[in-house]
Amino acid sequence: MSLARTRRPALGVALRDAGLAALIAAGLFLPMVGLRTDVGPTGALFLRTRWTDVLLLMLVVFAGRFLVRLWQEWKTERRAPGFSQRIAGPLSRSGRFVAPVFLLLAVLLPVLPGVGRYELDLGILVLTYVMLGWGLNIVVGLAGLLDLGYVAFYAVGAYSYALLAQYFGLSFWICLPLAGLLAAFWGILLGFPVLRLRGDYLAIVTLGFGEIIRLVLLNWVTLTGGPNGISGIARPTFFGLTFTVGGGPGSFAEFFGLEPSPTHRVVFLYYLILALALLTNWVTLRLRRQPLGRAWEAMREDEIACRSLGINITTTKLTAFALGAMFGGFAGAFFATRQAFISPESFTFIESAIILAIVVLGGLGSQLGVAVAALVLIGGFEVFRDLQEWRMLVFGGAMVLIMIWKPRGLVGSRTPTVALGEKRAISASMVAEGRG
Amino acid sequence: MSTPLLEIRDVSTFYGAVEALKGVSVTVAPGEIVTLIGANGAGKSTLLMTICGDPRARSGRICFDGQDITERPTHHIMRSGIAQSPEGRRIFPRMSVHENLLMGAQSSGIDPCPGLDQAFTLFPRLKEREAQRAGTLSGGEQQMLAIARALMSRPRLLLLDEPSLGLAPLVSRQIFQAIRKLNMETGLTVLLVEQNANQALRLAHRGYVLVTGRITMSGTGRELLARPDVRDAYLGGH
Repeated sequence: MSLARTRRPALGVALRDAGLAALIAAGLFLPMVGLRTDVGPTGALFLRTRWTDVLLLMLVVFAGRFLVRLWQEWKTERRAPGFSQRIAGPLSRSGRFVAPVFLLLAVLLPVLPGVGRYELDLGILVLTYVMLGWGLNIVVGLAGLLDLGYVAFYAVGAYSYALLAQYFGLSFWICLPLAGLLAAFWGILLGFPVLRLRGDYLAIVTLGFGEIIRLVLLNWVTLTGGPNGISGIARPTFFGLTFTVGGGPGSFAEFFGLEPSPTHRVVFLYYLILALALLTNWVTLRLRRQPLGRAWEAMREDEIACRSLGINITTTKLTAFALGAMFGGFAGAFFATRQAFISPESFTFIESAIILAIVVLGGLGSQLGVAVAALVLIGGFEVFRDLQEWRMLVFGGAMVLIMIWKPRGLVGSRTPTVALGEKRAISASMVAEGRG
Repeated sequence: MSTPLLEIRDVSTFYGAVEALKGVSVTVAPGEIVTLIGANGAGKSTLLMTICGDPRARSGRICFDGQDITERPTHHIMRSGIAQSPEGRRIFPRMSVHENLLMGAQSSGIDPCPGLDQAFTLFPRLKEREAQRAGTLSGGEQQMLAIARALMSRPRLLLLDEPSLGLAPLVSRQIFQAIRKLNMETGLTVLLVEQNANQALRLAHRGYVLVTGRITMSGTGRELLARPDVRDAYLGGH
């Protein structure tokens, strides 16, 4: 920061900035909120004005911007190695313990006191998104390819399992790898036409791809059942033992001499998704230390430099798409078997957006960050369920705040893949946008 | 002259409808340092990039070590003994110095250890910075890293695109000294593109002058340095 900047009075700057924001808000809200057409008693439309609402909204924007700006100025004055770096140090050091603690909690969750059916279901939901986040993290976080249609692979996985089970009676355990393979295949299929695209252009094409898959599922009624979806999807078995509610011969409860209980299946599903998520994490962590993973990260940094070093960009990109898609497919197959019912409605763009939000909020490329973000976002969704229509507002506000506070995501540091002596994380504040 | 390591014959390259190179011929013998000088936009970098196959030559032939590489995919060319230190350095800023160097050896699949040793002997500064994020290096260190990274694939021909760009005179002199040392000790062949004609011609055995996509002059470094027209156009007239 320059000297001149710190000298400027923080209050004045913040006031001016907030005034500007309020003006912009006025420009937006005057036509959008201020004017409203209502149906009059005679059935004709008439114009109603709501200037007080506009004024209130402007005040809110003014106050919000003022506070944010004031805080930023205050932070600048206290200068860099201050606050964020002082907590970044212990945070990255404690990161070594955070992950194992999370893992232990996740493994023990079903046996913890006070954890019932609801908590387990929520745990399954969160873990599904953790897995999706980790899968998308390969594409967006490591390889730097902005993918807005990730839900397409989730859908491919789910429908692969549902259709294979329905038409050929294949079991979940045979379908799971098949669903992953099919999703990976579609990932490569998407990858080819977008090889030369980057950034915004890539995002638009992937967005379109996600919609195409959904629309095909919706309209190919003879195969997919269209909007009615597929119901009665077979449940997974535990080494051939079923989880029927009534128990009976060949069931899990009977084999182990337990009282038949519907909780068994939930616990089983919980551990299944936990294992799948951990598999995703393990593969990603392993690959990051291998040439392929390093090539992904290098490609994210500078594609031209990669080409000059003889890296085959085509295969590097396609493997990222294929691998990310494969894990999306696994998650999809799990989703289908858990819900026992799927329809195109579960695979709308908002799903892609949420998964992407998890990856970005968590810190691109950070495995722990993605897991934390999934917990916060999906768990937060549930916690704020009572707020009803305000939920989205709280959700959006929280996302804006996180991005202001930690623009690089919750865990925005990157650990080098080759440790030389002491492992040193690169702090988020040092990681500038594409310099050099 | 012995058989050339790199032979560029009559190459023309286009950006859309714009002809950036108009029938350029350049030869580089093994063990030589050859420099290409010229003004901004003369096509120097384009020539280096055309050797790598991106953009591709529309006509003419490029042979490396007796083999025609004109139509080969870029990643094959870069694995066949040619390495490039691209314009603007283009190191991977968020990766460590060590990781950057590993990326250089990756595509050819060779053991990176001897390359690392060589890099650190040539540029001891990089050894000190090994675990540091490459984006935090100074400009000169980044240039050293870019060259060291290119050398990791143990190339026979090094293409250097403006290594002195944006560097202090003292630092760019260090870089040039390192190139000379490499050439003398290992016999590395270098094709060097430079705006800094004075230093480049002093370093190089031979030089070419490129003007708007055509080679207008060639000769030994000393000859070109002595020519009044070269001095006027590229050396500031004195």
